[in-house]
Amino acid sequence: MSDYNFAYLDEQTKRMIRRALLKALAIPGYQVPFASREMPMPYGWGTGGVQVSAATLTPEDTFKVIDQGADDTTNAISIRKFFEKTANVGTSEKTEEATIIQTRHRIPETELQEGQILVYQVPIPEPLRFLEPRETETRRMHALEDYGLMHVKLYEDIARHGAIATAYAYPVMVQDRYVMDPSPIPKFDNPKMEMAAIQLFGAGREQRIYALPPYTKVVSLDFEDHPFDPSKAEHPCALCGAEDSYLDEVITDDQGTRMYVCSDTDYCESRRATGHIGTEGTQPEEVFA
Amino acid sequence: MYVAVKGGERAIDAAHDWLAEERRGSPEIAELSIAQIREQLALAVNRVMAEGSLYDPDLAALAIKQARGDLIEAIFLIRAYRTTLPRFGSSLPVETNHMACTRRISATFKDAPGGQILGPTFDYTHRLLDFALMAEGLPAAAPGSGAPEGVTSPGAPPPEMPRITDFLNRDGLIQEEHPDAETPPDLTREPLEFPANRALRLQAITRGDEGFILGMAYSTQRGYGRNHPFVGELRFGTVSVEAEIPELGFSIEIGDIELTECETVNQFTGSKTEPPQFTRGYGLTFGHTERKAISMALVDRALRWEELGEDNAGVPAQDEEFVLSHSDNIQGTGFLEHIKLPHYVDFQSELELIRKLRAEAQAAMHQEAAE
Repeated sequence: MSDYNFAYLDEQTKRMIRRALLKALAIPGYQVPFASREMPMPYGWGTGGVQVSAATLTPEDTFKVIDQGADDTTNAISIRKFFEKTANVGTSEKTEEATIIQTRHRIPETELQEGQILVYQVPIPEPLRFLEPRETETRRMHALEDYGLMHVKLYEDIARHGAIATAYAYPVMVQDRYVMDPSPIPKFDNPKMEMAAIQLFGAGREQRIYALPPYTKVVSLDFEDHPFDPSKAEHPCALCGAEDSYLDEVITDDQGTRMYVCSDTDYCESRRATGHIGTEGTQPEEVFA
Repeated sequence: MYVAVKGGERAIDAAHDWLAEERRGSPEIAELSIAQIREQLALAVNRVMAEGSLYDPDLAALAIKQARGDLIEAIFLIRAYRTTLPRFGSSLPVETNHMACTRRISATFKDAPGGQILGPTFDYTHRLLDFALMAEGLPAAAPGSGAPEGVTSPGAPPPEMPRITDFLNRDGLIQEEHPDAETPPDLTREPLEFPANRALRLQAITRGDEGFILGMAYSTQRGYGRNHPFVGELRFGTVSVEAEIPELGFSIEIGDIELTECETVNQFTGSKTEPPQFTRGYGLTFGHTERKAISMALVDRALRWEELGEDNAGVPAQDEEFVLSHSDNIQGTGFLEHIKLPHYVDFQSELELIRKLRAEAQAAMHQEAAE
């Protein structure tokens, strides 16, 4: 692809994005406006994440893409191929081998290390958006640390349902200052956000970038008498037997029989490769032959 | 077992092959050429150029062919191509006063200097299917007395075409537009921030979705922020684009483009700050895109309520955040269609939440019944 620059975007655009990333890292949780470009995939397909990855990738990087935790979902494949083609970077499905991981809706189960970068695709970066549709208003609320509306919403949930009725994109408080949308990851993943890796969030259509430097304090919003509860299906993975991973529910026949399997395909395969076999599992070679 | 979600890579490749086959249609039918699309589907080409924000009829025709006639998809192809183009300068503002007009009409004056030029328009056609067009392969009918001599032919620069609104301006009957020395912001290089100035609003609306802008404009006509528009003037034609070359120190003509320009004259009974007078709305679009240019002028006028000291009626067309945040069809279609992508993880967490809430609610009901 000699007609396009390394990783598709031209260098001026990458510089603009890197400036936004640096600002975002300097003010954790603050949404930095950036001049998002049209990308060759549609808005909503991860254009924000793709632009952040493009501005972050170097030729030496190893790139991994997951969607719903899996490397082989169609959109993850499409984005991985895009960078194979435009940046000619090495790719991997192994969490520990990747230097940059672009993700949609999950944080890998394997703990990330220093030197790794996790890039999130973000549809609606504004955690207050569904409480207040106006950008001018929500920016003011963040500036004044005026988060009363959010606490009222969470309180109303408890009053009505006895629990906070948010299962994914569960809002967090970053370093005691900004309320941040963690992107639509299940709340099960929220506690993992205090990690050693750099976390970058790109929202292409909404033209916002935000970030969490390593070891930033990230607290899921809750109340003393209703503490945050990172729930998941109460089953082990049927393939690898893991009891600590987030599970997808798969309907296996017309009678509605269900099985629960790891949403993180790399985690599940690695476990099976090392001999952890669940009730319905086999060694990975046989499954994927 | 667990095979349904596997094999995405092969599925994508097969889908792309299938799409290519569908795009071509029956191989027994001759393939469309880019030139045919450019010449015979010119209004589709114009729309793709206007909303794609790239003036290139050949590429727009290619995009339409590749997109199988889906214009929003074609606009998307053009936008994605445009974003990769280097930017080596800006043109001088185009002089629509010197437009070589193929069409120029005013709805406010029966006649005016410069004359009414009807031009190629659907306006007074009867919308009856012309079955003669189905008889393909016949020799083309002899051209009628269509394009008059000299209207579109190149040569001497066209004489200045006076503006209808200038006649009203001379009498002080219409709100005056003041030149703005400020460089307009660039929507494609800076993130959209609110409040937006008028230049930025116009920029967003001119590349906004024709259907959305039409709907917004229509809503003002039906009473959601009425601003009583008249088409003061609508003109379509060719203007030359000039750019200043730093090495030369003067500007040279780099090409011609076709534009549609609409100025509306809107009734206005005055406000706390302004005397009763007419006000203006403005629309300017690439190619022959009249519906869009007129819609744009109405929406522009509605968005000027604050500047003119009008009341905010709380209607959608007056709300710049609402209009500008939702007018881009590439953003809109992307976000809308992305819900086709897998959402297993989010759905799973919702599923668990709803089961938990139901279990608790049922337990509470049983307890109440027992008591």
